[in-house]
Amino acid sequence: MVVRTRVNGEWREADVWPGTSLLVFLREALGLYGSKNACEQGECGSCSVWLDGTLTCSCLVLAAQAHEREVRTVESLTRGDQLHPIQEAFLEAGAVQCGFCTPGFVVAVADLLEKDANPSPATVREALSGNLCRCTGYQKIVDAVHLAAARQRAGA
Amino acid sequence: MQVLLPHSLDEALAIKADHPEALPLNGGTDLMVELNFGRLRPAAIVDLNRVAELTAWREQDGHVFLGSGVTYTSIVREMQAYKPLVQASRSVGSPQIRNRGTVGGNLGTASPAGDALPVLAAYDAEVILQSRARGERSLPWNLFLTGPKKTAIAPDELIIGTSWRRLRGPGSFSKIGTRNAMVIAVAGLCLVIDEERRRVNVALGSVGPTILRATQAEERVAAALTTSGTWDDRSAPLNPQWVDEFAELVAQAAQPLDDVRGTAAYRRHGCRVLAKRAISWALSEWRLPTWL
Repeated sequence: MVVRTRVNGEWREADVWPGTSLLVFLREALGLYGSKNACEQGECGSCSVWLDGTLTCSCLVLAAQAHEREVRTVESLTRGDQLHPIQEAFLEAGAVQCGFCTPGFVVAVADLLEKDANPSPATVREALSGNLCRCTGYQKIVDAVHLAAARQRAGA
Repeated sequence: MQVLLPHSLDEALAIKADHPEALPLNGGTDLMVELNFGRLRPAAIVDLNRVAELTAWREQDGHVFLGSGVTYTSIVREMQAYKPLVQASRSVGSPQIRNRGTVGGNLGTASPAGDALPVLAAYDAEVILQSRARGERSLPWNLFLTGPKKTAIAPDELIIGTSWRRLRGPGSFSKIGTRNAMVIAVAGLCLVIDEERRRVNVALGSVGPTILRATQAEERVAAALTTSGTWDDRSAPLNPQWVDEFAELVAQAAQPLDDVRGTAAYRRHGCRVLAKRAISWALSEWRLPTWL
């Protein structure tokens, strides 16, 4: 079936098998490889995107469900070669090791900081509870969130 | 495979009438996993995301109606007056899962581990079903949930929502799992005190083929609260011996199995611990000035 979706501000369409997930649609039909395919069961958060502004695991959305709707992916956060402040904070804090989980975390953190500019440590951990990282032990990711939040508040 | 995208409840019911084999899809947190792993290849899927009629909840004449498409995130945000339901909703998955998962999905999947289900059972909720041919019907939760992943829904019906009488009294939902997020319950318990009918309702999840009510425990603790005079004077303490007996009766009501998440013996013990905590929390909450 033909699925037509507004992805990062641009209308895109592709003819896919009706059982295709939004994640596979984004990666394999549209060539947007930022959202990662890991668990395919909503467990790891590495495929996190926004569907109509709501943080979602794209592996648990049928591409057809996103038909005529709006999707934002991690690719929407960068401007050309310029990293998003959250991505900068991840690099500085040492929150990236193998990097596979990073796009999902960056999207989940962006979602959190849009809603709460000054999240408590407990809020950060709850907001990131749907994202798994097998390298860092999470502390540096949490540090990166607080760094990004502080900079966002300072208007940097 | 065919995917059907109705824009209204009428359209969705017409699709179910013409394609009774079409599997309803809402948040996708159960069905998409089956699809992604190739375990399920339904002939047709009907997507309920665009059916706005299912995404509302309301209070009317002392009852609550909760649409089957209301997400756990919306419940946590909007339904603070229903604390056990909010607690159960907040314990579901992760933010991403709560943003998509719905109570209708918990009902349709009918897993004994569905977190919202013990709450609906403790509320004595009814499940509202609708078909184009026969209109609406309502089933008590225990007639709707007929077994593990089995329900009384007819092939041409959709789950419209659930409804219960508003109870006055404290209560809670708690569950046991290996971490605070992304956990399928090893045991779950909802306890609510119904002041008006002088009843204590206790429902158990993940410890039987479907959700169970601990009826004997409920009757004994309600009688004990009469003996101790607590129904008339909330500051009158319940004899600790009654608390222990209540917890034991709740544990006996469980019908647990050994599986990958835990042993039957651990689950039964978990029910005992959750029951003791839940009745203690409820009685101390009841003494707070907000309930007077």
